[in-house]
Amino acid sequence: MSEILRVETLKKSYDGFLAVNGVSFSVAKGELKALIGPNGAGKSTCFNMLMGQLKPTEGEVFFEGERITGHKPRDIWRRGVGRTFQITGTYQSMTVIENVQMALMSHHRKIFSFGSRAWKLYREEAFEFLETVSMQDQADRPCSILAYGDLKRLELAIALCHRPRLLLMDEPTAGMAPSARVELMQLVADIVRDQGVSVLFTEHDMDVVFAHSHHIMVLNRGELIADGDATAVRNNPQVQEVYLGGGTLFKEESHA
Amino acid sequence: MAFLFAQFLTGLANAAALFLVASGLSLIFGVTRIVNFAHGSFYMLGAFIGIYLMEILPGAVGFWGAILLTGIAVGLIGAFVEMVVLRPIYRAPELFQLVATFGVILVIQDLALMIWGAEDRLGPRAPGLRGVWRIFGEPVPKYDIILIAITPFILFALWYLITKTRLGVLVRAATQDREMVGALGVNQAWLFTGVFALGSALAGWGGALQLPKGGADLLMDFNIIGAVFVVVVIGGMGSLPGAFIASVLISVLNVFGVTYLPQSTLVLMFVVMAVVLIIRPYGLLGREEVAGEHGQVGAPETPIRPYGPMGQALIAALLLGLALLPLFVDQFMLILTIDMVIFALFAASLHFILGSGGLVSFGHAAFFGGGAYAAALLVFHTDTPMELAFLFAPLAAGLLALGIGWFCIRLTGVYFAMLTLAFSQLVWSLAFQWRAVTRGDDGLVNIWPSEWLSGTETYYYFALILGVGGILFLRHVIHSPFGYALRAGRDSPRQAEATGIDVKRVQFVAFALAGAMAGLAGGIFVFAKGSVFPTELEIAKSFDALIVVFLGGVKTLAGGVVGAGFMTVVEDWLTRLEYWRLLLGLVIIAVVIVMPEGIVGTLRTLWRRIRNTDEETV
Repeated sequence: MSEILRVETLKKSYDGFLAVNGVSFSVAKGELKALIGPNGAGKSTCFNMLMGQLKPTEGEVFFEGERITGHKPRDIWRRGVGRTFQITGTYQSMTVIENVQMALMSHHRKIFSFGSRAWKLYREEAFEFLETVSMQDQADRPCSILAYGDLKRLELAIALCHRPRLLLMDEPTAGMAPSARVELMQLVADIVRDQGVSVLFTEHDMDVVFAHSHHIMVLNRGELIADGDATAVRNNPQVQEVYLGGGTLFKEESHA
Repeated sequence: MAFLFAQFLTGLANAAALFLVASGLSLIFGVTRIVNFAHGSFYMLGAFIGIYLMEILPGAVGFWGAILLTGIAVGLIGAFVEMVVLRPIYRAPELFQLVATFGVILVIQDLALMIWGAEDRLGPRAPGLRGVWRIFGEPVPKYDIILIAITPFILFALWYLITKTRLGVLVRAATQDREMVGALGVNQAWLFTGVFALGSALAGWGGALQLPKGGADLLMDFNIIGAVFVVVVIGGMGSLPGAFIASVLISVLNVFGVTYLPQSTLVLMFVVMAVVLIIRPYGLLGREEVAGEHGQVGAPETPIRPYGPMGQALIAALLLGLALLPLFVDQFMLILTIDMVIFALFAASLHFILGSGGLVSFGHAAFFGGGAYAAALLVFHTDTPMELAFLFAPLAAGLLALGIGWFCIRLTGVYFAMLTLAFSQLVWSLAFQWRAVTRGDDGLVNIWPSEWLSGTETYYYFALILGVGGILFLRHVIHSPFGYALRAGRDSPRQAEATGIDVKRVQFVAFALAGAMAGLAGGIFVFAKGSVFPTELEIAKSFDALIVVFLGGVKTLAGGVVGAGFMTVVEDWLTRLEYWRLLLGLVIIAVVIVMPEGIVGTLRTLWRRIRNTDEETV
């Protein structure tokens, strides 16, 4: 498998404090990869540097072989990277489907178009994306009254609009009920399989992580301490130290 | 050198009162998020009440006692205003409260006129501090020295109050997260009242303390409010030391300005503010305002749709009525309706960037007046035909908006508002002081339309077509992809940027478009009146538009237009009366309290309730 994203010795320091310290990894095409780690490990900082919300202090990010380090979020998006946020960002004054239509208008470069009625544009196309995330029944509801789990799904639909080749998802299931988590991750896994999208996501729910990801990376105090498949990560003594303080529960579980 | 030093001391002494008033405003904004326009009124009340008390209390003890009591009295008035006017509307959309405080200004102005009369009062001298001390041979009033000496103590006292006392801890906590403070069991209502009272008291003290240097008059509320906002913004919203540094900076610069560059005084502080904000977008010691940090207040905006058949029929009927109006009414009514159309377009253009873009501009009059002046200057100096000059109005205003917007768009929230205010003041002072070109406050006169448009009736149709056309054009843009992108950037800049929308550029274009439309209104205005004066560029003109947009309802598309119509009619009725400000102020306050979603928003909610429709459907 060829790689779609490569990250080289990424660093971010805040007044001398190294939030991310020399992280290098790559994501292969069609891969569903998890980035896990305790709170404060630097996952979100890492993500924000990949997507351009933060400028790295050092290091480089390559998407499909091209350098995107320090580019603006909207440029990186245009190249084919989608993202969902840890805390959802949706347009509260629009309907569900209009949220998707907005992203489609941007994708089709209609932002500076003054002639047409926006709510008529790309409606069918938007509806299909809503169907992908099973939100079609709520298409014409105001976004402001959605349940949190539905907002997460809507955000996924928005992120899929420009048919990204790489999707960055920051805690996609945070704040959702356990059953809804499984559903959403199954959906993501389906999208990866059917559309060939690569996904890099951060997550705290280990069930979700181990059930769906092909590879797992573990970040601790800004440094990458493991990068491999589920078994390798489970058996990594450093990871066990971080998550369990050296206990043995993890091992037993892996035998079960 | 000695003279310079004496000047510097005068500036320092002037800073004392300014700092007191500014720290009060900063405190109120920090905790309640209310932009209190009425703060200057409390300052004025402080001056009048101070004189009254000083007259009945004798001697030095009486003088200083009077100052102390004045602050307490004004603080109580502030508490009253907060409880009666502001408390019912904390749940209203952000910044809505400033409309109410504007009503308070009007009420206090007329009350002061009733009680103390129109004459300016000279402040009494401080007992025992009448003469001057010589410093390096230069005379410096004794009272100035005393003021300079006590200012650090005021700063220290306030600093101690904010950082060391329980009240201070609550205030700082509420500044950061008032909901959390409420959740921890602090009675928010009383905290807000207390802070508002304290802030008002500080303004009252400022008014009383400056008495021996100045006096009391009915214009001092508006005269100081500009300076106070400038100080708070330069210092950084919510920063006491920042407000102190900025007060000193502004006061000292002002004294030197009066001496060496008299024509600069109108605009000097706004230039300083503009420079500071361009270099440091959050003031000298302020910190970044994170959007949405203080939570969305009030009901979320409902999705927009073009009007259905019923709405369209209503609009068509209204337009038909307007078109047939000349058949039924006299000339006076036609002129009033032209005024209404002009104001409606002006308000709609502000509503466009404020409502859809979330950009609160305090200086929108720059584009209205700018357009009017652009056309008038062409006619006045080069005898340009009216048709050509008229086209120039929206064009020039749009270009002006491009220039001003280039600096302002990078700022957000109150800082954006204040920078637009600063630029509009620059434009105003240009019109006011560049007499060779603009004829200053004599204005440009004899700017009449061409022959074929000169009849009132003809011009009425001209104004109606262009005014309504402009409003409909803006509405069309709101429903276009561009309008949606503008709202997307307001709702979630982060998501918009992450899906390819250049939010700042969209806002920039919208700002220019709104400027051009305001300029169009200005163009219609100048040929309707035949003249233009610097008053069309004043802060008051910008605030007029702001008030009607909020009164009409920010979160509705028709808000600006309806608010403008309402206001034109009400003002036309009320200004015939002696104490019209009082009545207008009361009307504004009443509307604000009864209709917290604005006129259109509240009517819409009522309509839904009557028809009992499902809130969810669009």
